[in-house]
Amino acid sequence: MLNRTAENVARATPEPLARKVRGISDKGLAWLFISPTILLLLAINIFPLFWAIYLSFTNFRANRPNEVVKNLGFANYQRILDDQDIWIAMQTTAHFVFWTILLQTLIGFTLAWLIDRKFRGHAFWTTLILVPMMLSPAVVGNFWRFLYEPQIGLFSYVISFVSGIPPTSIQMLSNVSLAPWSIIIVDTWMWTPYVMLICLAGLRSIPEYIYEAAEVDRASNWRQFWSITLPMALPFIMLAVLFRGIENFKMFDMVNLLTGGGPGSTTEVASITLKRQAFESWRTGYSSAFAIILFVAVFGLANIYVKALNKVKQR
Amino acid sequence: MKSRLKLALGLTSAIAASTAVSNAAQAEDLTLCWAAWDPANALVELSKDFTKETGIGMKFEFVPWTNYADRFLNELNSHGKLCDLIIGDSQWIGGAAENGHYVKLNDFFDKEKISMDDFVPATVVGYSEWPKNTPNYWALPAMGDVVGWTYRKDWFSKPELQKEFKEKYGWDLGPPTTFDQLKQIAEFFQKRQIDGKTVYGASIYTERGSEGITMGAMDVLYSYGFQYENPKKPYEMEGFVNSEKSVKGLEFYKALYDCCTPPGASNSYMGEGVDAFKSGQVAMHMNFAFTWPGLQKDENVGGDKIGYFVNPKGPDGDQFAQLGGQGISVVSYSDKQEAALKYIKWFANKDVQSKWWSLGGYSCLNAVVKDPKFPASQPYAQTFLDSMAIVKDFWAEPSYAPLLQASQKRFHDYVVAGQGSAKDALDGLVKDWTQVFQDDGKM
Repeated sequence: MLNRTAENVARATPEPLARKVRGISDKGLAWLFISPTILLLLAINIFPLFWAIYLSFTNFRANRPNEVVKNLGFANYQRILDDQDIWIAMQTTAHFVFWTILLQTLIGFTLAWLIDRKFRGHAFWTTLILVPMMLSPAVVGNFWRFLYEPQIGLFSYVISFVSGIPPTSIQMLSNVSLAPWSIIIVDTWMWTPYVMLICLAGLRSIPEYIYEAAEVDRASNWRQFWSITLPMALPFIMLAVLFRGIENFKMFDMVNLLTGGGPGSTTEVASITLKRQAFESWRTGYSSAFAIILFVAVFGLANIYVKALNKVKQR
Repeated sequence: MKSRLKLALGLTSAIAASTAVSNAAQAEDLTLCWAAWDPANALVELSKDFTKETGIGMKFEFVPWTNYADRFLNELNSHGKLCDLIIGDSQWIGGAAENGHYVKLNDFFDKEKISMDDFVPATVVGYSEWPKNTPNYWALPAMGDVVGWTYRKDWFSKPELQKEFKEKYGWDLGPPTTFDQLKQIAEFFQKRQIDGKTVYGASIYTERGSEGITMGAMDVLYSYGFQYENPKKPYEMEGFVNSEKSVKGLEFYKALYDCCTPPGASNSYMGEGVDAFKSGQVAMHMNFAFTWPGLQKDENVGGDKIGYFVNPKGPDGDQFAQLGGQGISVVSYSDKQEAALKYIKWFANKDVQSKWWSLGGYSCLNAVVKDPKFPASQPYAQTFLDSMAIVKDFWAEPSYAPLLQASQKRFHDYVVAGQGSAKDALDGLVKDWTQVFQDDGKM
């Protein structure tokens, strides 16, 4: 049936076109098949990137389409690098990335190591631990905002119960010192399971016979951990750090929902600044330059990191 | 068989005809874009009369306040055809006029004999004119709004509290007329036990993300003597924005935030303020007048329990209030401009405006607000009138967005985060605003 249809289609194809199709090589045919995808990628990924690069050298504003677009050279880049507020936002981002990665890696690896013991009910606990990761960031953000509420929030009551401080004094989102930590706590709560999963995959990939050989050599548990578990799981841990690092560098949703960058500018990470410049102040050229700087920073750091990761894997 | 055929043909033609009619009606349907809030619901109700009168259907696109500006400015900037009519914020008028988003209404007003003299002057300047104070009209004043205050009349009238207050401060507890009095009342109520609950002094605007803290702080700054620019030399801000009086005003706003707001109220705007008042947390509540009809009807805090007062005076007796509200404009990218103009003509009618007020909208038509019966028509009507008489508005320049972002940052950094001094914040603001105007080539 299918052959007959194909024959009919072939017969119906005009001779000049048929001759052309018959003449296509395998490579040509392969290109023909992947070209829609390539075109789509070019249209939605590559073109916007080059367009943003072009805009970064101009004074273009998306809310003033009728205005003449002037070429500013590197002025936008220079202004960004001279801007004290941008550097403060970058420091806030670095602080946030450092602490979330540290906490998520430590807790995530510890949980993975415990789950890997395969104790009774470990499957249930694994599923339970994974729940935060499955929730939408919008839900998590709103949910934690209520938990942090000084007058009715459960978090404030628990801390108050433990410490004796009145709950209304625990203002996680309003206090300049506590607000950055409130975001770190939520991000750690939500994404530690993800790190745990990757670490668990690493731990499960270590062959059992290596531990058996270590047992024969009477290596202590501590020795086994330092000489076998950690080195062999290290590429996985590093991979988890890479994924979380890239994600948290561009963190927006949680900060926006919990503090909106406040109080003041204490939690204003780079992505919040970028959004404000691009879609509230409508400084499209300026914000494109900032986006390119962020892209180059993340891309450069990720490349260095991947090289280090490859070295660890080769060891 | 013949009759069946006839029936089938009849049905087919009926369906075809009704589809054609409904398509024709849909083609004439107007879409009105606005914020999702109580007055929008009143407008839906009101617009049913327009459909009845003209046969033109109305569709509505309402977006929550937090996304209102982003959503509709994107729509206008991309020359979208979603909105035929838009009730845009007062600060958009400069940008919308200069970028050609709104249809200029002068000729239409002349033709239809709609006079801007028939509207409250502050609303004409605030919502319709660009450049300001010139007879170039881009909108019809649609929804008057202004920042004012509500207070718990029932708490204020408790004899034991009145006695204690008088002993402590030497004057009778009542709606404050100066900011110093307001702070004293707020301090008096802060963390006080009333009916077994801990209550707080006042809810004020502290929101960081959009425009909240600017709208709140400006309410105080205006009455303390803040000016946007040198009245004799436009865009000269040094010594006006950061004058000694402005510094004192900003220091007062911070002191009020520090002493007398509920715990955790560091990102509070219209919705949060209403929640704080409705839940019986605060004695006083700063908010736009549009919230008053809803609060008046509230079972727990409305009726006899609520009172209203105009934004108080500053130390030198100056008294101003932050203008809110919007005008209604025809979007220049709409294909149904004629029908949209019909709506504006209908909306400008006195009877429609009277009904608009009775449904919970705030009319800007003199014939409605200057009616002798108006002050007694609602418990908050007189406060609204008094407030509208003292309004000032934020910059309405095409660059209002970066100007607003700068003030949001400077005010929040100082008032909520406690970074630097009021002088630093206002000096920084002059620097930021100067940069914006220099980028625009205005300085």
